[in-house]
Amino acid sequence: MKALLRRPSGAIGLALVALHVAIALAAPWIVPHDARAISAALMFSPPDAAHWLGTDHLGRDILTRTMLGGRQALLVTAIATPLAVAWGGMLGMYLGLAGGRRDDVAMRLVDALLSLPWILKMLLMIVTFGAAPQVLVPVLAFFYGVPVIRIARAATQGVVARDYVLAARARGHGRLSIILREVLPNVRDALMVEGAMRWSWMLLAFSSLSFLGFGVAPPTPDWGLMIADSRSFLAIAPWAALAPVAALSSLIIGINLTADALAKALGLDRAHSAPQ
Amino acid sequence: MLAYALRRIVLGLLTVLLVSAMIFFAVEALPGDACTAVLQRDAHGQRLENCRREMGLDRPAVARYLDWIGGAIRGDLDASAGSGKPITELVGARLANTLLLAGLSMAVGVPLALLLGVVTALARDRAADLALSTAAILAMTIPEFVTATLLIFTFSVWLGWVPGIVLASADAPVSALFPTIWLPVAVLTMVMTAHILRTVRSSMIDVMEGEFVQMARLKGVPAWRVVWRHALPSALLPAINVVALTVAWLLGGVVVVEKVFNYPGLGRFMVDSITERDLPVVQGLALVVASAYVGVNLAADLLALLLDPRLRTARLRA
Repeated sequence: MKALLRRPSGAIGLALVALHVAIALAAPWIVPHDARAISAALMFSPPDAAHWLGTDHLGRDILTRTMLGGRQALLVTAIATPLAVAWGGMLGMYLGLAGGRRDDVAMRLVDALLSLPWILKMLLMIVTFGAAPQVLVPVLAFFYGVPVIRIARAATQGVVARDYVLAARARGHGRLSIILREVLPNVRDALMVEGAMRWSWMLLAFSSLSFLGFGVAPPTPDWGLMIADSRSFLAIAPWAALAPVAALSSLIIGINLTADALAKALGLDRAHSAPQ
Repeated sequence: MLAYALRRIVLGLLTVLLVSAMIFFAVEALPGDACTAVLQRDAHGQRLENCRREMGLDRPAVARYLDWIGGAIRGDLDASAGSGKPITELVGARLANTLLLAGLSMAVGVPLALLLGVVTALARDRAADLALSTAAILAMTIPEFVTATLLIFTFSVWLGWVPGIVLASADAPVSALFPTIWLPVAVLTMVMTAHILRTVRSSMIDVMEGEFVQMARLKGVPAWRVVWRHALPSALLPAINVVALTVAWLLGGVVVVEKVFNYPGLGRFMVDSITERDLPVVQGLALVVASAYVGVNLAADLLALLLDPRLRTARLRA
């Protein structure tokens, strides 16, 4: 933690994330206006003393909606991320330790799942089960746990032949005990960094879905939805797009800066990533 | 080495087969089928039964899967439930558009990423590196639709240089796409350049500390030659995989960019087919995209094997 804060990127990143979480938690009590109050008289009013960030095409206060707009995304992803890391990590460690036929079969399934674009998998689930948070949490946790399996498996294979694992085996410890007591402490760093990355990918997926019209339903304020709504009016009211753009970007950048600093502080190389 | 290559190819084919079964039965499990999509509100009673019999949907799912995958191998993916046109034709036109978009982005992005990767590695921890590395993190983390919105705002609303969206239809000639393709290319290039740049930078830093680079320096080889002839080829090896994953992403995963710019490619087609529940198209598209993913990754592995003599023996033993 100290090593993380000593790096400027880590300190800035953590501060951004903390700020967003604090705003999301406190927003219902501190927003200046009603997020759903529609007013024809206030349509597209530029930023002024009453509406610091202006109003949108329905005369709704943009500061209010931006402050509230990350709540759903943060809530859903904050629950789904630990779930994804937990199941993906446990299965990955198990496969790394077990090896053999089971490992081969499971890794083919992982490859198969990874070969499909995320949007296809998510949309198929959403058109079937809807996009309520109780659907999105398990769906995101499942699909974003799959790549974690690979990371945990690879990290486990690095320690599986070490003396302390062999010693634990020789002592007659069961697989679960070896995973929790010998493997997990060695894999934890990689899982933490991977978890932070998964969190940012999930936020990206969540807001992309809202942006495309498959996620959060209006009139609930949501950044992805606000950006989609304001796109048609960019020429007359650019402020309506810029506030949610800045909010969403700063949160995702904050998470990535933190993950980057964390990886460097732990001596891991996470430069080899591809776009998803 | 040949045995390893063959093993990889067989495993790749196995993965594609597995995906095909996964897609087929997952889509099968969804409520609704080709007939409910065609008949829409009339989908009940006798008409639904007749349609299912005509289309062979009353046969067991496993038999239909075998038919489907057999057809796919011969290059026939059935017809779209919505328009009745052959899926291969529909996919083909859009695949060409997506390939154009991907090709242009790669042509700009890969050389740019290599150059910037080397520059940042050589200027490690100095101002140029910090600025470029920070820019890379921004480019790869900011959501594509945000970048797209900002670019549209700047270049089409504010400066009025280029149109903000593509108006051409899926089967329009390439020339119709050209005036509008540059903003989507810019968005994709930014994202992929950032990823590849980081990989090249990190492996270049490793390689520059290697003994053979030190040796070349001590021998008195000019600095530029050490960088481009001795270090870069080794530093590129780890980048091959990232480039492969980027190609796969460009072929199947740029849904948001295509949707934002209204670009008539595979991604937009995928979203539209899912929302219209044109299930045969969804199955066919998923198979095409997944095969591309597996194929590109396989090609990258084989290429790495070919270029890196160390892997030839190392992998065989593993």
